[in-house]
Amino acid sequence: MRVLIDHISKTYTDRRGGQTEALRDIDFDISENEFLVIVGPSGCGKSTLLNIIAGLLSSSSGQVIFEGVRNDSSPYTAVVFQDFALFPWRTVLKNIVYGLEEKGVNKTEQSVMAQKFISMVGLQGFEQKYPHQLSGGMKQKVAIARALANDPLLLLMDEPFSALDAQTRMLMQYELSRIWEETQKSFLYITHNIQEAVFLGDRVVVLSRRPGRILDIVKIDLPRPRREDLMTEKLYLKYVDWIWGYIKDQAQETLKEMR
Amino acid sequence: MDLGVYQGSGSGDPEGDAMKNPTEPIKMEKAIVHDKTYFLQVKNHPWLSLTSFIVILCLWEIVSRMSWTPPLFLPAPSEILLEGWGMLKTGVIFNHVLASLSRILLGFSIACVMGVLIGILIGFFSIPEAIGSPLIAATFPIPKIAILPLLILWLGIGEPPKVAVIALGVFFPMVINVYTGVKNVDPLLIKAALSLGSNRTRVIRKVILPGILPMVFAGMKLGIGIALLLVVAAEMVAADAGIGFMILTSADLMQTKKLMVGLIILSLLGIFFNWLFQKMEKIFIPWKQ
Repeated sequence: MRVLIDHISKTYTDRRGGQTEALRDIDFDISENEFLVIVGPSGCGKSTLLNIIAGLLSSSSGQVIFEGVRNDSSPYTAVVFQDFALFPWRTVLKNIVYGLEEKGVNKTEQSVMAQKFISMVGLQGFEQKYPHQLSGGMKQKVAIARALANDPLLLLMDEPFSALDAQTRMLMQYELSRIWEETQKSFLYITHNIQEAVFLGDRVVVLSRRPGRILDIVKIDLPRPRREDLMTEKLYLKYVDWIWGYIKDQAQETLKEMR
Repeated sequence: MDLGVYQGSGSGDPEGDAMKNPTEPIKMEKAIVHDKTYFLQVKNHPWLSLTSFIVILCLWEIVSRMSWTPPLFLPAPSEILLEGWGMLKTGVIFNHVLASLSRILLGFSIACVMGVLIGILIGFFSIPEAIGSPLIAATFPIPKIAILPLLILWLGIGEPPKVAVIALGVFFPMVINVYTGVKNVDPLLIKAALSLGSNRTRVIRKVILPGILPMVFAGMKLGIGIALLLVVAAEMVAADAGIGFMILTSADLMQTKKLMVGLIILSLLGIFFNWLFQKMEKIFIPWKQ
């Protein structure tokens, strides 16, 4: 399986006919079992790109192509949204089996699958709770379990931890790293946090500010499994510094324009 | 330690101080911080509601008993209750209540079903919206009682125009609530459902429908008040049974007590339906606390 992001551009047209160029000629690929991170300053069109890949938005030009896929109607991607997007009227369990219901999986198989992912993300004992009874971190765990239960070829994550507090965010990063190692799926992770990008990614795609262009694709040669102590290693810090170089330039240009 | 008094000089080195009155401390006022939101705190007065209600009833009773007002205008509460008890024993009251209730239930149910269906249709699909929303905007402001004569002309004098006018009256708050509800369903939830493999009809069933439930109940609560109003109005125009009919004939015959019984029944019906809808809401919307 390979996903080709083939020269994607996106220009928004507003009601008055004004045009905003969000993405310009984005071209890269995602290979099997790869953890790819896209990092960029806010407003660089990261979320636009993710929505195009998820089939929730049309591009102005270019295509998203999945190569070597199974021949059935189930979705290739599953999305973990920044604001969780859990169905408030469904319990944790019912949220997780949503995609399985849509596939027509029978009830017993549904609950077996759900249990597998509930224990993978560590939500045992919360199956019958409603989302409003959970903390932010737990909500995002439900969202991750729901997406994984749908068995996507590519898991898309749109700044999934940015609504969480700093401590929870750290813990969730370790958890996610572990989950990725366990599932061996392709992940596409979007963030504006450079440390997070380097910690999680096999490769990091650095986007410029609007219109979003690819500035660099950085291969992160850090050992797996990634653990806490990684964050003090020299090589890790070098990667962070390297990417910060790009982002800093972008941020400074934005600041200059604002003056 | 005296916090309210500020020592102007450094106590450690009094001689070296160059200030004007080094020995005299400057007096400062003491201020205590009060909670400015105290009046917002929820206070319960469990007995006040009940006692004030009883006091008002007693006053009414006294006013009537002392014949300060003619009993024909304002019969005493006790006499109204006795009258009601009598009507209950003979069973006359059931005829009227059943006649009104059946009209309400039929009209109300039709309106709820149509309101939800059409509300979803015009809320979710652009072509029905383009056709439907100006029609609704144009017909909504017409007082439904004004349509009653036309309905009688079309449907005759029997039950159909009464049920129809109730259905019409309840339909509008329902359809407008449902429409607003559909528009306010979080688009992110629709995206989530689509990304998990739902098609458009599944999105309506599994996202829109549960998403609008709170608005449906709000519409039902609004609607039942309108239904009570319209059933009485319709029964006053042409009927041989019903609470509205009973109230009108009692007034014609100067039977004020019977009239008052009718009003009490309407109040009780309103309270009952509100209680019922609240219970139903708790059962059907367990995720809203």
